[in-house]
Amino acid sequence: MSISEPAIKELFTASPLTQKKLTAQKWVKVGLALVTLAILIPLLLVLGYLLVKAWPALSWDFLTDIPRRGMRAGGLWPALIGTLYIVVFSLAAAAPVGVMAGIYLNEFARDTWLTRIINLAVVNLAGVPSIVHALFGMGAFVLFAGLGKSILAASLTLAIMTLPVIIVATKEALASVPMSFREACWNMGASRWQTIRTIVLPNSVSGILTGLILEVCRAAGETAPIMFTGAVFYKAIAPGDLFPYAPSDQCMALSYHLHTISTQVPGVPEEMLYGTAVVLVGFVLAFNSVAIIARMRIRARKKW
Amino acid sequence: MLSERTIVALIYLCGISAIIFVFGIFYFIFREGAPFLRDVFDFDSFFLSANWFPTSETNKRYGILALIAGTGSVTILAMLLAVPFGLGSAVFISEFCGPRLKEWLKVLIELLAAIPSVVWGFIGLMVMNPLIVELTGAPIGLNTLNAGIVVGLMSVPIIVSIAEDAIRAVPDTYREAAEALGATRWQVVYKVLLPAAKNGLLAAVLLGVGRAVGETMAVLMATGHSVNIPFDGEFPFFHVLDSVRTLTATIAAELGEAPRLMAEADGTYPEEAHHYQSLFVIGMVLFAITFVINLAADLIVKGVRKKR
Amino acid sequence: MGEANGTKIDISGLSVRYGPKRVLRDVSFAINRNEIFAIIGPANSGKTTLLKAINRTVEFIPEARVSGNIRIDGEETFAMRDVYELRRRIGMVFPLPVGLPLSVYDNVAYAPRMSGLRDKVTLDEIIEDCLRKAALWDEVKDRLDTLGTMLSGGQQQRLTIARALSHDPEILCLDEFSIAIDPVTTMRIEDVLIELKERITIILVTNLVQQARRLGDRTCFLNEGEVVQVDRTDVIFSDDPGNKLTHDYVNGIFG
Repeated sequence: MSISEPAIKELFTASPLTQKKLTAQKWVKVGLALVTLAILIPLLLVLGYLLVKAWPALSWDFLTDIPRRGMRAGGLWPALIGTLYIVVFSLAAAAPVGVMAGIYLNEFARDTWLTRIINLAVVNLAGVPSIVHALFGMGAFVLFAGLGKSILAASLTLAIMTLPVIIVATKEALASVPMSFREACWNMGASRWQTIRTIVLPNSVSGILTGLILEVCRAAGETAPIMFTGAVFYKAIAPGDLFPYAPSDQCMALSYHLHTISTQVPGVPEEMLYGTAVVLVGFVLAFNSVAIIARMRIRARKKW
Repeated sequence: MLSERTIVALIYLCGISAIIFVFGIFYFIFREGAPFLRDVFDFDSFFLSANWFPTSETNKRYGILALIAGTGSVTILAMLLAVPFGLGSAVFISEFCGPRLKEWLKVLIELLAAIPSVVWGFIGLMVMNPLIVELTGAPIGLNTLNAGIVVGLMSVPIIVSIAEDAIRAVPDTYREAAEALGATRWQVVYKVLLPAAKNGLLAAVLLGVGRAVGETMAVLMATGHSVNIPFDGEFPFFHVLDSVRTLTATIAAELGEAPRLMAEADGTYPEEAHHYQSLFVIGMVLFAITFVINLAADLIVKGVRKKR
Repeated sequence: MGEANGTKIDISGLSVRYGPKRVLRDVSFAINRNEIFAIIGPANSGKTTLLKAINRTVEFIPEARVSGNIRIDGEETFAMRDVYELRRRIGMVFPLPVGLPLSVYDNVAYAPRMSGLRDKVTLDEIIEDCLRKAALWDEVKDRLDTLGTMLSGGQQQRLTIARALSHDPEILCLDEFSIAIDPVTTMRIEDVLIELKERITIILVTNLVQQARRLGDRTCFLNEGEVVQVDRTDVIFSDDPGNKLTHDYVNGIFG
């Protein structure tokens, strides 16, 4: 006796109970997708809006010219170059300490309460409000260390604030090197540092570089820590000058500049306001994307 | 070249540097604010009074209750937005998403996190402001609602990131066991994964709260500190259309004006110096709040005993 | 045959714990110079831990606690100040094939370079010699710049052997070296081991009981962290070794 077609169909169709479950699930999936998009879509719209409003102001001159007519015309040059200085100095201070701290945590630290406290401290450094970092910078660098309000003080403040980014990225980069490599070296009589220097570090460089790029992004975007430690409302320099500041000088900075022209200076043309915001956000997102792409490529072309 | 011993010593030193810096932060803030604590501070009038009049000619008062309320209301509003969206996105990305879409979404969330806070403040000032005025008829759009939405959006990435890690960390055996019993994806999530990950999810929310409490620039700009809105210290702070002052924004707004005066010959400070010092004391309060939050999140995730 | 050469390694009262777990319990025996000393036993009997104790890499295991002592040429190893020197005197080959992410050439040149050797001609000689002994030379001689991680499992295992020989050790320890290697190549390496024992001392840990029988001058049967029996190989594998446990294991009745 052969089985009829409709009967086969009935065998493989979900029972009513299962169907109800599956439909409920479908709704949930759609709902969660909408929730996710509800965050991202408005964001993309807002960024697009910023770009559109900024468009008339965006030009090469906007980047290389100095502010004129009390910030109501001209460009961003002193702020751009100031941010560059601050970022470079903060990277120079944070990178060695951060990388070595990351090496300590992944290669030397044992599973003790001290290690746990260190990790807690790293999380806290990252979680302390930016204005508290500013207060610390004032107390420690501007006043106690006698640096005064300066690029140096601002960079050091930022360096401590962005240290966790480098530490975490270094830790992850080192952890991705298999333990078996280290053991192979130890068996040949290499010391911990020799092993790190010859095998572990060279194979973690890309991951560490990613961390450094991310540090640059964070440092460039921060305002509060530099507001009271070195950033200034206005500094007269020549347009296109690549070395206008000394480390002990105060400087203009892009993030602080955005804040002042949108809150302290009346009458700034709209496109300049949006233009400044777009330049800042554009720079940060572009650099961040470089880091993300670099990370993806590292994962893809693993040597082992 | 440095000897190996020196290098390893340097490495150890950098290893504990984070601890040194955290202590350093507290120490230097304390140093600047100490005279206030010694001369003026009184628990009731600092923490329990809403009268913040540090620049008054005749009657200086340093009550931060209203500021605490301001921080609280912005944070609560921000969390009302960020927690459901953040957790929902985390569940979607973790369990209901194909691998390619997952990659893209995670990238977008990371870029969302990268937006500088001053830009968020700018968005609050220029974009949300007119929107709120239009939609609610309020006279000015720089208020708790504005700051709450902006800070909420800013807090989403950290909640998504930690929550997604927590959900992903639940062993596959849980999922497989539930599916073998005939549960659908959603039932697996709802009945098995979320309860299993609840510590991590709680930590995610806590860290989101920490982020919201600590936010400075966006709140400063979105609550209109730049415009001289006189603060009237009114209590029903859940009027989201009212302007608000938070702990962070107050420091940022007033530090520039408050002069740092030296002590007199007898070691006491002139009255005007107390304002500057009080801002550092507020800094200590903020430090303590975020420290407790981070400690709590760590304990929740890792337990009190030594990690195995 | 063995006793006349004198003692190279003297292990006495060696006990190792990983946290609460006892891995080796009061292990004591001597290994003679210029012999192949085989160690057999079922899984988890502590054979690998024993080797790690000899070259003191057991110290890298977080909760390891070691007591007892090991003497090499009369000198206590745990008291040695320069532990790296000790490890250079011992060549160690573990079952996991590991090619370092360097060229094949640099893999084998790693240890000599660490010791300060820079002269290219000498390095070339050492590398060829070690790769020949590891039965790998013919396969890689034209592509010495290949990344070590890109070799096959069996080739990486032989590369590990070449690396172990590259620092001219007095003692060579092999822990189940032939797992990833085909039988023919294994035999070539076994021939090399027989040659090598004229100059160095070899400890061969193996699950392949027949390999112990072929190569070992003396054999130790280790079970659950304890020494069951240490004797000349022909005694261990005879019809009546004197110990029932040994007899059963060697004849495949358990383990």
